[in-house]
Amino acid sequence: MITVDVLAKQFGNTQVLNSIRFEVRAGETVALLGPSGIGKTTLLRLIAGLDTKFEGHITRPDKMAMVFQEPTLMLWRSAIENIRLVHPDLTNDAALEALNEVGLAEKANLFPGQLSLGQQRRLSLARGFAGRPDLLIMDEPFVSLDAKAADEMLALTERLIAQTKPATIFVTHAIAEAERLATRVLTLHGAPATLVT
Amino acid sequence: MSIRIFSLLGLLALWAAVAWIAADPQVLPMPHALVLPFWEEATSGELFYHLGRTLIRVIWAFALAMSIGLALGLVMGLLPTVDRWLDPWLVVFLNLPALVLIVLCYLWIGLNETAAIIAVTLNKIPNVTTIIREGARAMDPNLRDMARVFRMPRGTVLRHIILPQMAPFIAGAARSGVAVIWKIVLVVEFLGRSNGIGFQIHLYFQLFDVLHVLIYALSFIAVMLLVEWLVLQPWEARVRRWRGA
Repeated sequence: MITVDVLAKQFGNTQVLNSIRFEVRAGETVALLGPSGIGKTTLLRLIAGLDTKFEGHITRPDKMAMVFQEPTLMLWRSAIENIRLVHPDLTNDAALEALNEVGLAEKANLFPGQLSLGQQRRLSLARGFAGRPDLLIMDEPFVSLDAKAADEMLALTERLIAQTKPATIFVTHAIAEAERLATRVLTLHGAPATLVT
Repeated sequence: MSIRIFSLLGLLALWAAVAWIAADPQVLPMPHALVLPFWEEATSGELFYHLGRTLIRVIWAFALAMSIGLALGLVMGLLPTVDRWLDPWLVVFLNLPALVLIVLCYLWIGLNETAAIIAVTLNKIPNVTTIIREGARAMDPNLRDMARVFRMPRGTVLRHIILPQMAPFIAGAARSGVAVIWKIVLVVEFLGRSNGIGFQIHLYFQLFDVLHVLIYALSFIAVMLLVEWLVLQPWEARVRRWRGA
């Protein structure tokens, strides 16, 4: 169970988040919607533990994974090393299986620079799911992909979530993405941002 | 490689032309005039003894300056508060003439090996720190976030995330470091050591023996070119291989 209780988050004198409370159970997928600049990514960073300067309390499990807006890969390490270095407990076969899940098994020894953007995104997704996380955080993982690639990524993500069943929180601008993936949609509104139920 | 050889042969031709115009071997001997004295210095063991002494000082100063500069540069690049405190020091040391540091080290520590190596090291640390600090500032913050979320071990982060991003900056600092350090080592030897290439150059300077000054200087340049071609350039190519893949 992930409990988010953010009383306030400020940048300097500007308060960006106010009184945001929600819970996410294992297997549940929550979409965070809201206009650009409202604080969705800020909230995700609080949940991920990347920003600890806020009033409130968040409980999160140890096994977390995050899929960033950009693939955020180690460009100087091969695709399989990008998985094994992040998950040192994983065997080579398990890492290959994670790549196979996203259709990249044959690209295991290529550097990320040798992959297309869509393939890099899939590698980032494979890295996220390879460790079988209890909490998966995704920050607009389908942005800047063409419609076909975005649809493929959505289908892949749906399948991996169904197999792994983590508690998932993801940010998106697209209502269609939220409706397709999420079991619950939360919308941020106002300044400072609060939840609209 | 062939261009490199032709370029060096061109330099040799230019030297020969100037020596021919000068027409005074006391001022500038022809290149071939160096061959026999060079052979004598080499077979007597003198040349290699002094080359060895200088090389040991270069290696010590290089290792110390790179280690300390790397640590300082990383800390200053990653921690803005530390950077604000240490930046004025860095500017002072960057602008302190090498000669002043050398003389002060000899005066404070004595005319010994420790003072010589410390003087060279202190001269190079600010340059290494500046280059590494820029590298640390240029690191991708998203990768740092990724490592935190996935709770990657510190050793793995250092080896596979920080150092690969820093590699071009470390290589740049190392190459400029080697080039500058050996020149400062020669000054240090010139001023206060009783062996090394700098000492030999001092000796032959007093005798106004241009030929031997050139033999010792060129021998060490050859050693440093070998270090550049056999060590630094292959290492740089290796750490950059993913860019060309």
